[in-house]
Amino acid sequence: MPAQPERADPLITMEGVDKWYGEFHALRGVNIEVRRGEKIVLCGPSGSGKSTLIRCINHLEAVQKGRIVVDGISLDDSARAVDAVRREVGMVFQSFNLFPHMTVLQNCTLAPMRVRGLNQAEAEATARKYLERVRIGEQAAKYPAQLSGGQQQRVAIARALCMEPKVMLFDEPTSALDPEMVKEVLDTMIGLARDGMTMVCVTHEMGFARQVADRVIFMADGEILEEAAPETFFKNPQHPRARTFLGEILAHH
Amino acid sequence: MNYTLDFGPVISGLPDLLKGCAGTLFLAVTGMTLALAIGIGGVVLRDSNVKALRILVISFVELIRNTPFLVQIYFVFFALPLVGIRLSPTPTAIVALGLNGGAYAIEIIRGGVQSIHKGQIEAGLALGLHKTDVFRFIVLRPALRAVYPSLTGQFIMLTLTTSIASAIAAYELTSVAKLIENESFRSFEVYGTITLLYLAMSWIIMKAFAVLSMRYFSYPVK
Repeated sequence: MPAQPERADPLITMEGVDKWYGEFHALRGVNIEVRRGEKIVLCGPSGSGKSTLIRCINHLEAVQKGRIVVDGISLDDSARAVDAVRREVGMVFQSFNLFPHMTVLQNCTLAPMRVRGLNQAEAEATARKYLERVRIGEQAAKYPAQLSGGQQQRVAIARALCMEPKVMLFDEPTSALDPEMVKEVLDTMIGLARDGMTMVCVTHEMGFARQVADRVIFMADGEILEEAAPETFFKNPQHPRARTFLGEILAHH
Repeated sequence: MNYTLDFGPVISGLPDLLKGCAGTLFLAVTGMTLALAIGIGGVVLRDSNVKALRILVISFVELIRNTPFLVQIYFVFFALPLVGIRLSPTPTAIVALGLNGGAYAIEIIRGGVQSIHKGQIEAGLALGLHKTDVFRFIVLRPALRAVYPSLTGQFIMLTLTTSIASAIAAYELTSVAKLIENESFRSFEVYGTITLLYLAMSWIIMKAFAVLSMRYFSYPVK
């Protein structure tokens, strides 16, 4: 991963973002700035809008109000802006979403070939590099169903990295995993963070948040209620809902 | 019963009957190819953003599925020349079989497409792929795999439906059989024989689909 140049402008800006699903107000006046190289952990009770929020960043969800700018591109619903943003934003899903009919290698080469215009040899070289990086290079010829959940999620991370994105979004990447596989995925993410990747992670893994996050953002009912450095947030949460949430989360760990 | 079996006319007509089988298989394979193209294209249009296209596809499917094939093939054969489209019997049969099979294929394939998890599509979009690429590379193959048994059944049906093309004297097995029967009056022998030939052809088509399935749809799933 080439280190990203220090630039003053934020990589992601969300200003006054509101989103409704019919009557349901999913995001309320969300303001966020993510600087280049920054690692953000988004947490909050289920239904708080954190997944919705990151899905707006690559326009898997459209918003009704507000402004979202990613890497200088304003997401204005035009196909061009959406394409441009998605090229720079990688995403990892809770349920891996690997393509079952393609080998691990093909999963990783499809988008670079179709979107970046790489030829097969280039795309495969890139894919092998990132598969090695998530320590799964020897599985390149296998199909997703032949891998464990943890391995599948690491392939999904490699697949996103093959597009050489400027930011990686993680939507509860370890929630669908058996407990013994959580660590291998978190270790991969920690490695990525160390290499300077800009990351926005929706996760309940508070150990991970402590270790890598520059900032923890706490949401409830579609609103950002608290934003703090992890130490501050965990030791001394300000908002009562954050205190309740941490109490519940930590009781389980 | 004092009917004496006489397979003489069938035996002397065997080369013609086998050529008829070739004609039937030709109609079946070209008809299926057209039907598959219409099926896939129809699914794309059926779920397009343009309302007029969606209505067009729905109307087409309803029209075809609620009218007899014999009428459809007569329509293509006798009505289209009035608007300047004149096709000889075999192309007529291919077009009619393709349209008919295509309408059923649209409904079947659409079911397969709807069975694909939304996350698959989102993963493709998140990687920057366009909607058309997502359909072509990510959705289509698993969707066809999901409905492969129904699609195979429909295409066997199409193979058997080719016999109706004898109504416009397209070159296929039933037409050939009719000619032999008209000359020999050996109805039982002739139609008994082609019954077995149709059975054999269905079996061949079924095997061919099984081989294709091994080739394209044998990836492991959990």
